Amino acid sequence: MDMRPDSRSLPDLSVRELRTLLDRREIGAVELARAYLDRIGEVDGRVRAYLTVTAELALEQAEEADRRLASGEAGALEGIPMALKDLISTRGIETTCGSRILRGYVPPYDATAYARLREAGAVLLGKLNMDEFAMGSSTENSAFAATANPWDLSTVPGGSSGGSAAAVAAGEAAFTLGSDTGGSVRQPAALCGVVGLKPTYGRVSRYGLIAFASSLDQIGPLTRTVEDCALVMNAISGLDPHDSTSSPVEVPDLTTALRDDLQGVRVGVPEEYFGEGLEPGVERAVREAIERLRALGAELVEVSLPSTKYALATYYIIAPAEASSNLARYDGVRYGYRSPDGEDLVENYLATREQGFGPEVKRRIMLGTYALSAGYYEAYYVKAQKVRTIVKSEFDRAFERCDLIATPTSPTVAFELGSRLDDPLAMYLSDTYTIPASMAGIPAISVPCGFSDGLPVGLQLIGRAFDEATILGAAHAYERSTDWARRRPELVSAG
Amino acid sequence: MEYEAVIGLEVHAQLQTRSKMFCRCSTQYAGAEPNTHICPVCAGFPGVLPVLNEYAVELAMRVGLALNCEIVSTNRFDRKHYPYPDLPKGYQISQYDLPLAVGGYLTIGHMGEERRIGIIRVHMEEDTGKLLHRRGDDGEVYSLLDLNRAGVPLLEIVSAPDLHSGAEARAYAQKLRQILRYIDASTGNMEEGALRVDANVSVRPRGSEELGPKVEIKNMNSFRSVERALDHEIARQLEVVRSGGRISQETRGWDEAAQVTLPQRRKEYADDYRYFPEPDLPPLVISDERRRQTQGNVAELPDARRDRLAEQYAISAYDAEVLTGSRDTADYFEAVVARLGDGVPPKLAANWITGDLFRLAKGEDGDLSGSKLSPDLMAELVGMVHGGEVNQGSARLLLEDAFRSGRSPRALARERGLLQVSDESQLSGAVRRAIEENPAAVEDYRGGKKQAIGFLIGQVMRQTRGTAKADVVRTLLERELAASD
Ligand SMILES: [Zn+2]
Repeated sequence: MDMRPDSRSLPDLSVRELRTLLDRREIGAVELARAYLDRIGEVDGRVRAYLTVTAELALEQAEEADRRLASGEAGALEGIPMALKDLISTRGIETTCGSRILRGYVPPYDATAYARLREAGAVLLGKLNMDEFAMGSSTENSAFAATANPWDLSTVPGGSSGGSAAAVAAGEAAFTLGSDTGGSVRQPAALCGVVGLKPTYGRVSRYGLIAFASSLDQIGPLTRTVEDCALVMNAISGLDPHDSTSSPVEVPDLTTALRDDLQGVRVGVPEEYFGEGLEPGVERAVREAIERLRALGAELVEVSLPSTKYALATYYIIAPAEASSNLARYDGVRYGYRSPDGEDLVENYLATREQGFGPEVKRRIMLGTYALSAGYYEAYYVKAQKVRTIVKSEFDRAFERCDLIATPTSPTVAFELGSRLDDPLAMYLSDTYTIPASMAGIPAISVPCGFSDGLPVGLQLIGRAFDEATILGAAHAYERSTDWARRRPELVSAG
Repeated sequence: MEYEAVIGLEVHAQLQTRSKMFCRCSTQYAGAEPNTHICPVCAGFPGVLPVLNEYAVELAMRVGLALNCEIVSTNRFDRKHYPYPDLPKGYQISQYDLPLAVGGYLTIGHMGEERRIGIIRVHMEEDTGKLLHRRGDDGEVYSLLDLNRAGVPLLEIVSAPDLHSGAEARAYAQKLRQILRYIDASTGNMEEGALRVDANVSVRPRGSEELGPKVEIKNMNSFRSVERALDHEIARQLEVVRSGGRISQETRGWDEAAQVTLPQRRKEYADDYRYFPEPDLPPLVISDERRRQTQGNVAELPDARRDRLAEQYAISAYDAEVLTGSRDTADYFEAVVARLGDGVPPKLAANWITGDLFRLAKGEDGDLSGSKLSPDLMAELVGMVHGGEVNQGSARLLLEDAFRSGRSPRALARERGLLQVSDESQLSGAVRRAIEENPAAVEDYRGGKKQAIGFLIGQVMRQTRGTAKADVVRTLLERELAASD
């Protein structure tokens, strides 16, 4: 079967298609890396997905990949050009977390996820833009640039992994890694029309992932197809001795879970996810997608997740609390930005942090510090943890009646750049539907399910803990029944 | 009004592990160049995660068990926040409301009485780095940061407020260190900072149940300074309350040179450590089996060993106490006893070890590391004393020689002519000479002053340079004086 049956250029093919071309030696890894670097050169001035392009390193790694491909020692992702959200540590390559306070910081070690991708043969193209410290839903909180949505350059790509989603949508990488704390992979995936998975908490090592909220953060792939997502998950999942919260639960080969129909699968539909604030165009696309699941053989089940409405509020206690702690280390003493101002230690600390952090990060540090303060800790943090337990147990109960839960990923499609910057609450609402699964630590995927006003809509499928297989299987069946995955934004002149 | 002092001690002990608490860096940083024993984890780089050193947990559990504590089956780590450059993450991983061990005690002997001092909790945490303050040529003050110590496993052991004087506090701290050393948990070295003692001191009317305002005392760098600092602080507080003043809750440091406690500079921010559970580490669950296993690794503790030695070897309670001051000396004593010949009483070995050997060693707590006198050699010497081969004085000389040279006491005695002479034929000449040269004493003896024989014995001893056996000399003299009557 010819893997290039259409007019798509190399950077728009899936990982699976590219691997086949590489295996057949129809293309070389260096050639492929060049094609992606060219695409970056062509479109990134408009998209601004990249903070750093590691062109030289990419070509070196691609040469190695060509050698291994020739000698038959190729890894599962050998020669596949990819890029990483700029909070995944890469030895020798600046890693800023989208923050001025880490400008110039070059990690002395590799994150486990990156090391595993390299072991599998993937080629690093560069580091991707993001909301500062992964705090935001539009990537406008980056200290360096605002990334544009490739489908409409006047709109946001979502966030905080906006660079990761936009790069995949624009063909600037075959796949990327982002991180998801309350929706930071899924929401931008939805807004950019790509696949994004937040794995079960503990599935992918967090070692080397610059922490935002430690009990919620998970690295996840952004890809053009569900199958690609499974391939990348195979490479990065599993126990890591450097991460005590990584899970020993065995990792199955997720590509074997991909299926074409949904016979015998019970899909839960929670009405709480279809209420106020949901754009009609989004609701229409998601309801049609759920009907499609039924047509594929799934049984639809009504489930109830009544605490959904508390999840957002409790998330904004727990995540900032942990962030205020995780960000305490940025004092300018050992790495990153240090202010020249201040007469003594305390003044210099204050100046460094005042100048180094952006307004959203400061807002969350203040929220979190307050929530952990003596006299407030019980009322906020402890109570929020109790709500979190309830959210989790509601999912457990729902999963007694269904195998996965289908919801919208984001209540809206991509919004205009700048339109929500002055209204943090409106921005926070972007994550209403993604936060509950984060709080419960369970896996959830966003898969493209159509368009509203010309902008992509995402369907979220939520699964049981460590059961990425079921949601990937269902997402794959859905994807195969539509052609959303083949649609690409028109950034480059056809040809 | 009668007042009493109430003291609680917080002791920090570095655990004797090879690697740090949450990374693989070596803990052997003494004398090393600054920042040579660090990695991204203990230097608090972005994205790193802690991985618990299981051996640190083992040692900490030993301490908890040795202090008669309950091991908390599900305990956990928390983050304690405060901003200071020696704390690379901006928080210290510690244990807050679910510590490893709670509710124990240790027994101190004080003024001839045994007293149980409560242990409230034992918890694990990580040590901080060190700031070194310097002044440049331009006179400007700057600071250097050394993170070699950052992340070394620490144990905090918090006593109940059961102590009432500097001497008691000192006894408690010393006993605690003795136990830590017995179970190989810590070197307990105060000078090197492996053991740090802070105290909370208050005074209250005797009989009152309420505690007065607490003053925290820091910077006590030896057991002696613990005793002096606390006695000084108690006296200071008593003076304040007796003159109608009020004690303010504060932190004071012991000034060793001036021998006073002084208020430490107040912090510019209130202490709010914003503790919350460390999300990077799962709760630490200790199974019954693991606890039992560790219990098996807790060596015989000082008090139990003291009682056993006293009983098993029929030595005095005092000797047993002194011998069990450290595990090394107790081991040494038992090794010597095991090598003693039949009929040689262990008591004699105990006397020589606690007396002359300790005096020579002079190390605190009978540190015998400078001695070359192996248990074999010590047993040989004790056997010689018991068998009358040498007298006390000679034995003392031999012990000193062997302590430094590591040579056999018997060979040394032969070389130096210190073996006692009991052979009558070898002594008769000296006996006769003593009688001939001291007619006055002989006359006194014959005249009924029997004690005059002591003088004659002394003369024989002098002639033989002390190697003659005194009872043999006495018999010979009596026989000779009677014969030539
Ligand atoms: Zn280290």
